[in-house]
Amino acid sequence: MATQHLTDDDLILHYYGETSPGDERLTAGHLQQCGLCRAEYTRLQRVLASIDERSVTIDPGPAFERTVWARLEPTLKPARRGWVGWLLTSPAPLGLAAAVVVLVVSAFFAGRALSPAPAAPPEAAGAAAADQIRERILLSDVGEHLDRSQMALVELVSGDDSTSVDIANERSRAETLVADTRLYRQTAQETGDVVLSELLDEIERVLTEVAATPEAGSSHDLADVRRRIESRDLLFKVRVIASEIRERQKAPIQRQAGPRS
Amino acid sequence: MTHTDAAAVALARDGDSEAFRALVERHSRAVFRLAHRMTGNASDAEDVVQETFLKAYRQLSRFESRANFGTWVHRIAVNCSIDLIRARPHREAGHDAADLEQFGAAETAEPGLPSPERLMLSAEVQGRISDAMTSLSKMERAAFVLRHFEGQSIDEISRALGLKTNATKHSIFRAVKKMRQALEPFVAQPEDESLSADGARG
Repeated sequence: MATQHLTDDDLILHYYGETSPGDERLTAGHLQQCGLCRAEYTRLQRVLASIDERSVTIDPGPAFERTVWARLEPTLKPARRGWVGWLLTSPAPLGLAAAVVVLVVSAFFAGRALSPAPAAPPEAAGAAAADQIRERILLSDVGEHLDRSQMALVELVSGDDSTSVDIANERSRAETLVADTRLYRQTAQETGDVVLSELLDEIERVLTEVAATPEAGSSHDLADVRRRIESRDLLFKVRVIASEIRERQKAPIQRQAGPRS
Repeated sequence: MTHTDAAAVALARDGDSEAFRALVERHSRAVFRLAHRMTGNASDAEDVVQETFLKAYRQLSRFESRANFGTWVHRIAVNCSIDLIRARPHREAGHDAADLEQFGAAETAEPGLPSPERLMLSAEVQGRISDAMTSLSKMERAAFVLRHFEGQSIDEISRALGLKTNATKHSIFRAVKKMRQALEPFVAQPEDESLSADGARG
């Protein structure tokens, strides 16, 4: 190695202390003797040191910890007594429920991605009918979730900033909806439905903020949330997407009814 | 009343959710920073934070009380970040060196600039670092972050990422080369002899 210059890779391994013990002595010796390699190594050191000194990570914001907890808490309920409590809080049924939601939404979005479906041959009519029924159930599930979210948003927006009414109900409802919204949002993201995933992301952020409001909070504390809902036309967007889903719910019925009329 | 991490873990194991909340509040910001470095975007980093603390909660019984909770949760976060990187479809494939030449070699830093200009330059370097990190492929980024910021050895990184040692090395080589191309023109050039030849770090 004394007669041959060090490569960039040699220098990187040396910098991170990853050169094998046998080569390390040769590398260090070569750097002592070779001005060119030493200059190159100095440049590498300087660049990597600048990354240590000047790299910045984004600040997640002052309410970050509260937001994390608000999302996390609904999934960490302590076990209740009796089988009903187990059913409600044990990770097994919760996991199963989550899996069902994911399955339902995945199938729904898969259906969306593949539609409009080509005309089914006669032998596939039974399967097509089963698909239609399944799609209607799936549409109904997503649609109901958006309706529940819409109701929660309407109640939030119709609150009065000037009063100090207790917001325990809004907080509790938001907590309930956050986990489902997150699951739907992740599934929409994974299936590439950008519009729905962005809408659910906005809903999730609003609900999380409401759920993170202090327990003794009042209507005053939600003024910022109300302004955000209004400034981003969130309710309008929810209505549009919910309406699209309702239209799609009708479509299979119309297709089925068509040949009979 | 505040508890040490060890006391909070003991209480959380007994079902005290406020104790677990204290742990989340104490460590979630650091986990977010790590996840953001690993994944490269805030939304993914938030998901990693959620998943990390959910796993930590479920595995509290396995946590050894003598261990450091911060280190333990950090390790979970690294694994969650890697899981997410593997699971998500490739949004960015990583840029070629040619892409970086385009934005990296455009300007050259001048020594002896007055202070305000130096400050601007420093801000520009921060921006370049951020851009260069974004230009790395997911595996390059993960390998580089684990080696450079987390101080993990190449063998440890290979095991974590499920790569062969050579593949890990090459991910790190590519990442460092891209960072150099982007940053070298902006890093001042003092005397070459000012840095010692044996400045290796472990």
